[in-house]
Amino acid sequence: MSLGIRIEFGGGLELLFCNEKKHKITIPVSVPKDNDTKVSSDSSKELKPADVNYLIHHLRDHLLKERVELFMENGTVRPGILVLINDTDWELEGEGDYQLKDNDEIVFISTLHGG
Amino acid sequence: MAPRTCVLCEKAKAILKRPKTGQQICKDCFFYVFETEVHNTITQSKLFSPGDRVAIGASGGKDSTVLAYVLKTLNERYNYGLNLFLLSIDEGITGYRDDSLETVKRNQQQYDMPLKILSYDELYGWTMDAIVSQVGRKNNCTFCGVFRRQALDRGAAQLNVDHIVTGHNADDIAETVLMNIMRGDIARLGRCTSICTQGEDTIKRSKPFKYAYEKEIVMYAYFKKLDYFSTECIYSPDAYRGHARTFLKDLEAARPSAIIDIIHSGEAFEVSEEVKAAQKAQQTCKRCGYMSSNDLCKACTLLEGLERGMATSGITDRARKKMDAEGPAPENLRTIPFFRPPTGQPAVAIEAPS
Ligand SMILES: [Zn+2]
Ligand SMILES: [Zn+2]
Repeated sequence: MSLGIRIEFGGGLELLFCNEKKHKITIPVSVPKDNDTKVSSDSSKELKPADVNYLIHHLRDHLLKERVELFMENGTVRPGILVLINDTDWELEGEGDYQLKDNDEIVFISTLHGG
Repeated sequence: MAPRTCVLCEKAKAILKRPKTGQQICKDCFFYVFETEVHNTITQSKLFSPGDRVAIGASGGKDSTVLAYVLKTLNERYNYGLNLFLLSIDEGITGYRDDSLETVKRNQQQYDMPLKILSYDELYGWTMDAIVSQVGRKNNCTFCGVFRRQALDRGAAQLNVDHIVTGHNADDIAETVLMNIMRGDIARLGRCTSICTQGEDTIKRSKPFKYAYEKEIVMYAYFKKLDYFSTECIYSPDAYRGHARTFLKDLEAARPSAIIDIIHSGEAFEVSEEVKAAQKAQQTCKRCGYMSSNDLCKACTLLEGLERGMATSGITDRARKKMDAEGPAPENLRTIPFFRPPTGQPAVAIEAPS
């Protein structure tokens, strides 16, 4: 069982992701609690429903091409990156703890680039 | 989690948590409060009078793009009676400014505003690409900063505009306050928080986004689908500002009011009369007529160093003395056209939107 998630990068963040703004990815419905994205499915790790925290780790491990420090810091997105979940500020949706649903759209926008 | 309802209209679904107040608001209420707060900043500080000719310093980036859109909206909604222009400086940075200028040209069409582009090349005879190839990547931001400031004033004078508005937002101003504190630059500290400055030149500069949070500017651009350009300048190694910004973002994450608090603390520094007196009296540059506190303005000093192959002479006193010791500037030295402050009619043809 897996979830299809639509991803969009903006504000210059797309430069870290092959200069592509839109991506479509697939992640498992249940994922390791420690956000390890590289384990095999038969591992004995404790699981949780896939959430945005896991998604951020997945993007770092599987989509990010360069300079991880510009995307992540202390296990979440770097301060100054805005996140929208289905066009709503993630601060209203539980931030990283938001549980992903099939076909959700998650947007990441950097505020740190030029004025 | 059930969708939350807007605390203002109590009807629509909330889409944004305001960093300033923590309020959860819907899209329409967000547009309205964001625009109204900028309007209140403008009216409370009496920034404009009917008939004013105002240039928006437009880089193609998020802040100036949102500023152009919001000023156009407010000018129509509240009948400010302003003549608005877009003024862009082309520093001559391949792969950065040429792309962002394309954004500005689209904004010219989208917002139906006249656009003036002034390049370092036409004004100084040097592009930033050429300057970097001579001076390297250490002091290039000094050249760029001095040249941009003067270019904006000259562009404004050519448009016969005596007021430039820039997209500096609350985060930018808080960052500058922090940097001035860390450098111990008390004289600048008082000035950097003022919404409007007329200090060293005849052209007024103001910051209508002084109290607008960067998060809200970016969200506004996102929800309005505004067309802006976002790439870091390829020559920008301003690591000091970068650290100040990271520090500020960390503070904001812990307490969103930190940004406004820092601006208020900057405002609370009253610059004493002694400090003001210590600043040099203003005169005009003997070579180019631009406002200056010395015989030569900073841009002329930097340009002379570039032309004579002694680029650091505009940066340090020691290098300046060394260049002076080599004799006076040669007769045929390239100079900046003489500066004439705005008066009467526009001095140049400007591109009207087609
Ligand atoms: Zn509402
Ligand atoms: Zn000069």
